Amino acid sequence: MLSNSVTASFFGSGAQRNGRKRLAVTELPRELPLGLMEPSGTDEKGLSPNYPRYLGENVMSKPKVGFYWCASCGGCEEAIVDLAADILGVVAAVDIVFWPCAMDFKREDVEAMADGEMAVCFVNGAVRTSEQLEMAELLRRKAGLVVAFGSCAHTGGIPGLANLYSREGVLAAAYDTAFSTLNPEGMRPQTAYAAPEGTVTLPELHETVKKLDQVIPVDYYLPGCPPPVKLITGALGAILEGKLPPKGSILAPEIALCSECPRRDSKPEKLDFTEFKRPHQIIADPELCLLAQGLLCLGPSTRAGCDAACIKGNMPCTGCGGPLEGSKDFGANALSAAASALEATDDASIAVGLAEVPDPAGAFYRYSLPASLLYAKKGN
Amino acid sequence: MSDGTFQPRIVAFFCNWCTYTAADLAGISRMSYEANVRVVRLMCSGRLDPQFVVVALRQGADGVLIGGCHPGDCHYQVGNHKALRRFTLLKRLLRQMGIEDERVRLEWIAASEGDKVQRVINEMVAQVRTLGPLRLTDIPQPHGDVVIEPSCCCAEQTMPAP
Ligand code: SF4
Ligand code: SF4
Ligand code: SF4
Ligand code: FES
Repeated sequence: MLSNSVTASFFGSGAQRNGRKRLAVTELPRELPLGLMEPSGTDEKGLSPNYPRYLGENVMSKPKVGFYWCASCGGCEEAIVDLAADILGVVAAVDIVFWPCAMDFKREDVEAMADGEMAVCFVNGAVRTSEQLEMAELLRRKAGLVVAFGSCAHTGGIPGLANLYSREGVLAAAYDTAFSTLNPEGMRPQTAYAAPEGTVTLPELHETVKKLDQVIPVDYYLPGCPPPVKLITGALGAILEGKLPPKGSILAPEIALCSECPRRDSKPEKLDFTEFKRPHQIIADPELCLLAQGLLCLGPSTRAGCDAACIKGNMPCTGCGGPLEGSKDFGANALSAAASALEATDDASIAVGLAEVPDPAGAFYRYSLPASLLYAKKGN
Repeated sequence: MSDGTFQPRIVAFFCNWCTYTAADLAGISRMSYEANVRVVRLMCSGRLDPQFVVVALRQGADGVLIGGCHPGDCHYQVGNHKALRRFTLLKRLLRQMGIEDERVRLEWIAASEGDKVQRVINEMVAQVRTLGPLRLTDIPQPHGDVVIEPSCCCAEQTMPAP
């Protein structure tokens, strides 16, 4: 996957954005010249010469934007609402043509659009069902740019942890074995049911959970669970201003979380604590590096952009910012950093030191199992 | 492969100062061992990034062998301690991912222990041969067939059979 850092200029100012809010979708080229979109001066209309043509210059209408959710918790939708007052700027600058969570649009409305009519579609959530796959493919056709929004779309996210189990294991847990399940008839969801009124259908559950770019090509990625407001406004601004980095870029800073962590100065050069502890086991010092206190903080391997939100709440980073450039496998990389931090040197003391990391796959691939090189439990 | 027995592909990461030297010694001493191992020389087992292991497994290795100096003998003092910590945690993660224990192994082999190189390699090849090929679930590609089939065609493409 290509990834490029977002330059400081990428996060353009709101004033500039407002000056350019009347935009229309004209003809959309299938291949957008995004590689050429580094800002480089402006023309007589005040637009960058690399201003994306798909946004057009017609003053009659605004770029059409869609939001969609696949296997998602709804938190990413909430993040858009979290734009608070900024959302008014977004609403003024764009024409929201699809947002099932918040507005009454139907799939038919999208099907009726011309291919590429939507300038941008933000898709959150992982892909596990036939319906999500169909919608992802449909939105890919209708949108000039597809942005994978949030950890689930970017790297598989929390739903992706289901790849630790087979499809049958997931169904059995939900319909048979969970302590809160009472299902004496052993009912399971069916994809089709012939009711007297006619046949009703449900989407099919796929064998595994996929991240968005495992089912459709994705243009940009907004990491985070959910993406921080700062990154969302930055991305929206960049899209509206045509100051987009090359395709495939992750729209977040290219530095590790530790670099923006307020506790970074207390992180020792050499970490050597004797055992990991879990957050409920200690009252962490609110000033000192959490990793140095023995908490499994993934800050060294995680991409910055959230302003160390969890650390500010005195909780260790669990890695939702996703991998840094050059990382081949987020989990294996984070595992390496964590194991290095221990002091233990022999089997016995290592076992003690790691006792409180009972679920390494869950801890290191919390948001990224489908993105890992292992992808899913063997045999799935 | 001609006689139909499965020939596993094992990637070995050997530390320059001990295990790699021991493998050399096994060679000059004309000890024969199974030819299924591709050795990658690292300066120290502490250089072993767990990512190397998962990359090897994804690219077609059926097993990964890591060799370093005995504890206390590391040329860089603590590299092998670090390797042991990473290995211990990685093994637990691989177990969760359904990868059998015998496929990833760590051994301390001193420069003089050519015979141990021979024994460990033969043992591991036999064990992995019994397990059969590692079949990781394929990583789906956009616009490909969405049905995931547990096959490993990438193995043939990225690493020639022994
Ligand atoms: S990325 Fe996080 S907030 Fe967004 S849908 Fe996934 S789990 Fe929810
Ligand atoms: S390890 Fe965690 S607490 Fe320590 S500096 Fe990095 S992000 Fe901050
Ligand atoms: S601190 Fe880590 S887990 Fe928390 S929001 Fe930031 S990247 Fe995500
Ligand atoms: S030099 Fe051999 S393990 Fe460090």
